[in-house]
Amino acid sequence: MNIGNDLRSALRGLSSNKLRSALTVLGIFIGVGAVIIVVAYGNGSSQAVQNRIKALGTNTITILNRGRFGRGPATGGTQSQAATITSQDVANISDPNQAPDVLSVSPVLNTNGTASYSGASDSGVSLTGTTPTYLTAEDYQVQAGSSLTTQNVAHHDQVAVIGQTLVSDLFQVGQNPIGAEVYFGSVRFQVIGVLATKASGTGADPNNIALVPYTTAQDLLTGYTNNFTELIVQARSAGAVNAAEQETADILASANQTSVANLPFTIVNEATLLATSASTSSTFTVLLTVIAAVSLLVGGIGIMNIMLVVVTERTREIGIRKAIGAPRRAILGQFLTEAVLLSLIGGLAGVVVGVIGTHFRIAGVKPVPTTGSVVGAFAVTVAVGVFFGFYPASRAAALRPVDALRYE
Amino acid sequence: MGPDGGWQNDATPVGPLPVRAGPIPTGSSGSPGSSRAVLGARTGGEGPPVIALRHVTRLYRMGDTDVHALAGVSLVIERGEFVAIMGASGSGKSTMMNVIGCLDVPTSGRYWLDGVDVRNLDESALARIRNRKIGFVFQSFNLIPRTTALANVELPLGYAGVNARERRQRALDALDMVGLTDRTGHVPSEMSGGQQQRVAVARAIVTNPSLILADEPTGNLDTRSSEDIMAIFDQLNRAGRTVVLITHEPDIARHTRRVVRLRDGQVVSDERFDRREAVTG
Ligand SMILES: Nc1ncnc2c1ncn2[C@@H]1O[C@H](COP(=O)(O)OP(=O)(O)OP(=O)(O)O)[C@@H](O)[C@H]1O
Ligand SMILES: [Mg+2]
Repeated sequence: MNIGNDLRSALRGLSSNKLRSALTVLGIFIGVGAVIIVVAYGNGSSQAVQNRIKALGTNTITILNRGRFGRGPATGGTQSQAATITSQDVANISDPNQAPDVLSVSPVLNTNGTASYSGASDSGVSLTGTTPTYLTAEDYQVQAGSSLTTQNVAHHDQVAVIGQTLVSDLFQVGQNPIGAEVYFGSVRFQVIGVLATKASGTGADPNNIALVPYTTAQDLLTGYTNNFTELIVQARSAGAVNAAEQETADILASANQTSVANLPFTIVNEATLLATSASTSSTFTVLLTVIAAVSLLVGGIGIMNIMLVVVTERTREIGIRKAIGAPRRAILGQFLTEAVLLSLIGGLAGVVVGVIGTHFRIAGVKPVPTTGSVVGAFAVTVAVGVFFGFYPASRAAALRPVDALRYE
Repeated sequence: MGPDGGWQNDATPVGPLPVRAGPIPTGSSGSPGSSRAVLGARTGGEGPPVIALRHVTRLYRMGDTDVHALAGVSLVIERGEFVAIMGASGSGKSTMMNVIGCLDVPTSGRYWLDGVDVRNLDESALARIRNRKIGFVFQSFNLIPRTTALANVELPLGYAGVNARERRQRALDALDMVGLTDRTGHVPSEMSGGQQQRVAVARAIVTNPSLILADEPTGNLDTRSSEDIMAIFDQLNRAGRTVVLITHEPDIARHTRRVVRLRDGQVVSDERFDRREAVTG
């Protein structure tokens, strides 16, 4: 028999008991909706990680001037006297012949201190002695005034570019910080620029900062030391990060007459760390999707259950149809159509609600629905209808006409 | 020793009867092309008999006891006959009708329909026979609920693979023939019993079958509606169709020209009348 008739009779069957049909459809509806939403959130959070990797943006790795953890044993006991990052290391890493994948190296001399300005003070400021390349490498924008210059560094100028937290701690609203004389400890610096607010990742506030030339920091703040706290190495491109890491490690290893494996510094490649966390979150997404898919399975069982009831209820009708010459496959087709229609209705409703559901942020994650999940969930819906509708439909098709007609 | 006693002993019934398995050739006048041919035109007495039962039994096993609903029935019905099956309740009339209508199969014995031994037919061939050769009318109307009269009548044509337009036209013709042109859009629950039964008759004749079987078609109807239905059967039979009906009422049986009586699953009498004398004379 043709599909049109099957569809019409299936619709008639389903609408004859709307509440029951609606309840039956719930399982599929929830399953499809959940799959779409879960996949969208998983996708959204992995895109968020990608965006953070991009925000790091700058393709940097950080070399911490301290005993390495997690990468083999530290050079036992001798660490304090031996390993330091020197200006010569910085020069070597900056050399395009030795490290072709490195774009820039920014030495960092970090200390925490108290900043004060005409009575106001901020005790948690991060004083960062560095070079102008640090701003690009760490993605800082200068909002007002000027940035550090290489001249500032060369002349050991007592100038500072300060972050927004420090601005609001030290200055009144409307007061212009540019040109102001600010004390870090007992040392006076002139503010030459203000940084734009930087989105904070995890950890310390990136806006409670004062950038000063590292030469000045060496002279005045950290007590005439030549040791850097860390180096920020910026690679030429995202693809070059690992190569830049390797080159940097090689240079540092040979400078310290050791192997890369025994390097007395910690090299942090944040992109790699984020990628690891991305894969963890995608594992979670897969797990949640499986749980949502179980709901589809349960929905399918519900459809099978109701279809068995429907076949029993309509036994007499099946008998009539057989008596007027319905072949087996026509009966099979009729009830299979009804089962598939049931799950399709659930699937469509699930798609609609799922897509609506992906317009809301949950836990800061903006969900990103994929066509794949929508189409996939829908296809699974049809498969569920066919799979779970087949047994009841074939039971109907196998009924003997006399028995079916006599059924009360 | 009824009129059919003679051939009970024959090895084969009439002519080239036995074993022709496989698809049933559609009668020339039964081709689905002729939408106006609801009444058809068939002449009696030629070719194999429409129905030939020989030693047919039907056994129901109820726990330990066997019920012989049919206990060796032999019966031949020729093309164009109008036959009433009578008998007490439980005598096996419906059981025999179900066997004749290919809704049930005998436990033993043989049944030739239009010369074809139904034992040799598979389920889909039987479905085709029920669809094309037989029109069944039941005591309880048996229309599909929540489905319009027109759709009910179209149904057999759908299973026969007739296209939508022709289906509609032929269903309308059949409804016209039973006098229900004004009820085509009504669902069964909106019709009287007599109207429902007329829809059922329209559905039975819409595929232009040569054999009409009716199991107490007037059993649930008042005299008026019964007469309407019987008038239709008369007309169908005059047009050449073989009509077999079960009834308890002598008034109904008087429309026919042959009465077969069953008792305890066996044929106990088989009488022929000249109906024209009885009715018109
Ligand atoms: N499905 C069945 N299972 C068991 N016994 C059955 C079944 N169908 C019919 N019978 C028995 O077979 C016998 C004949 O039944 P059948 O329905 O043919 O009688 P009938 O002549 O049509 O009676 P009525 O005039 O009441 O319709 C009865 O004794 C009945 O109990
Ligand atoms: Mg009966």
